[in-house]
Amino acid sequence: MSGLLLSMQGAVSQGVLWGIMVLGVYITYRILDIADLTVDGSFALGGCICATLVVGAGWNPILALIASMVSGLVAGAITGFLHTIFEIPAILSGILTQIALWSINLRIMGGKSNIPLLKSDTVFSWIVDATGLTQSQVSVMVGIIVAVLMCVLLYCFFGTELGAALRATGDNEDMIRALGVNTKRTKMLALMISNGLVAFSGGLVCQSQKYADINMGTGAIVIGLASIVIGGVLMGRLHSFGSKLSSAVVGAVVYFLIRAIVLRMGMDANDMKLLSAIIVAFALWIPVATNKWRIKRSYSEGGN
Amino acid sequence: MLKIINVHKTFNTGTINEKKALCGIDLHIKEGEFVTVIGGNGAGKSTVLNMIAGVYPIDAGKIILNGENISRKPEYARAKYLGRVFQDPMKGTAAGMEIEENLALAYRRGRKRTLKWAISKEEKVKYQEELKKLDLGLEDRLSSKVGLLSGGQRQALTLLMATLQKPQLLLLDEHTAALDPKTAAKVLDLTETMIAEHNLTALMITHNMKDAIRLGNRLIMMHEGRIIYDVQGEEKKNLQVKDLLAKFEQASGGEFANDRMMLA
Repeated sequence: MSGLLLSMQGAVSQGVLWGIMVLGVYITYRILDIADLTVDGSFALGGCICATLVVGAGWNPILALIASMVSGLVAGAITGFLHTIFEIPAILSGILTQIALWSINLRIMGGKSNIPLLKSDTVFSWIVDATGLTQSQVSVMVGIIVAVLMCVLLYCFFGTELGAALRATGDNEDMIRALGVNTKRTKMLALMISNGLVAFSGGLVCQSQKYADINMGTGAIVIGLASIVIGGVLMGRLHSFGSKLSSAVVGAVVYFLIRAIVLRMGMDANDMKLLSAIIVAFALWIPVATNKWRIKRSYSEGGN
Repeated sequence: MLKIINVHKTFNTGTINEKKALCGIDLHIKEGEFVTVIGGNGAGKSTVLNMIAGVYPIDAGKIILNGENISRKPEYARAKYLGRVFQDPMKGTAAGMEIEENLALAYRRGRKRTLKWAISKEEKVKYQEELKKLDLGLEDRLSSKVGLLSGGQRQALTLLMATLQKPQLLLLDEHTAALDPKTAAKVLDLTETMIAEHNLTALMITHNMKDAIRLGNRLIMMHEGRIIYDVQGEEKKNLQVKDLLAKFEQASGGEFANDRMMLA
């Protein structure tokens, strides 16, 4: 029983830390209406930068996290550049950056495919040492604090003139351009903020799990979409923008809880990505199917 | 005020679908003029408006607004001078955002978007007053999503958004064509009131010849990328629909009978 509880706690801590990545995905997928596949690369980028700076260069772990975020901003800017200046479709722009980042991430880690942080200080080890709490309790705590902070920051940002222009870009691009907004710039900005959050999350996950791996971002976009979908189902009735943002984090926590449960039930960990893909596919299909079903049902040959 | 000098535009140049949309348009509009634009499908009416707004670049010529050559400015940079209402009621508003948010976006047309709050308290009061003038009951629904409104309500809101920050020139691209006759009449009345109230200079495309004659103080007719008739003052006031039909038939050699303008 305590084993179950422990794995649940682990799942929650992973959920909140990954939840910050999901916030990033939410910005592009829900607000900008773009599926940005840079995410897989920028998540790993954040992790790799963080590990290299902490282990290799002996950086302060907090500064390393900031560096992770900055690297994500740059990655997002590159996707934004490909999309708005080269006018490559958004999905393809993301894929190009993602692929390029794989090589860059290996270069950053000096050709090694993973870096362990076993002996280095991390934000988490500091707090463990200071408070005597367990690693996973500290992860939950830090995760929740950071996630709440990010939600508040994003909530405020999207309430500003610039944030509103960004939301309008996703809602009706022609309209907001007719109102004097350079939509190339707003798209670029959204991609940067999104990937900044994703890479920041990558850095946090790297410090909490005490290693960075070249493949740590693989499938991140699917986890992000699955979490958004789950969060939407659980909190879909709440319409305020703040609750929508927090639904992304809640979705991520529930996703990792589901994952922990099915893993405990004996599922092979490697099958998890398959399961995620199936969840996302069905979640995207359900609204389409119910709509079709409604149309079919409302048809009658003679009319009422 | 607005000077369009010898503007040319060809779409799909060098392909089998090549279409000369504008063939040397010259048009001078004076401050305070309300110009109605009529013409058959493909005459280039919408293209003229889109050229002024900068939706796509022109091939040749100049567009000068209040002494400034705006021919090569991007669409978003011209927005500060122009209020626009489109034919499609869905196009002028953001459906997923609230009524007051849409108004606040429009209120800042052409201004730099900063990190100040998107809407201030004083603005909300102003919006409520402005919405009351529309007489559609929207003043009590400031925080409703625009997607919940009907096409007519959305078009009226777009009109308000276009004039909230007084534009140098108001561009109306068949903005009542997608509405039912009753709603169209209401939106048209609103248009007239707003133009008179704010003393706006406006360019309005319409397919309804009666409206084109009744409204505004100048009328131009386009055909195959050219302005073929330009009338104002007393002469316009005395114009009859049959005069316009005759004029058009003369220009197009009878093909006019097929055009949907007949229906209007």
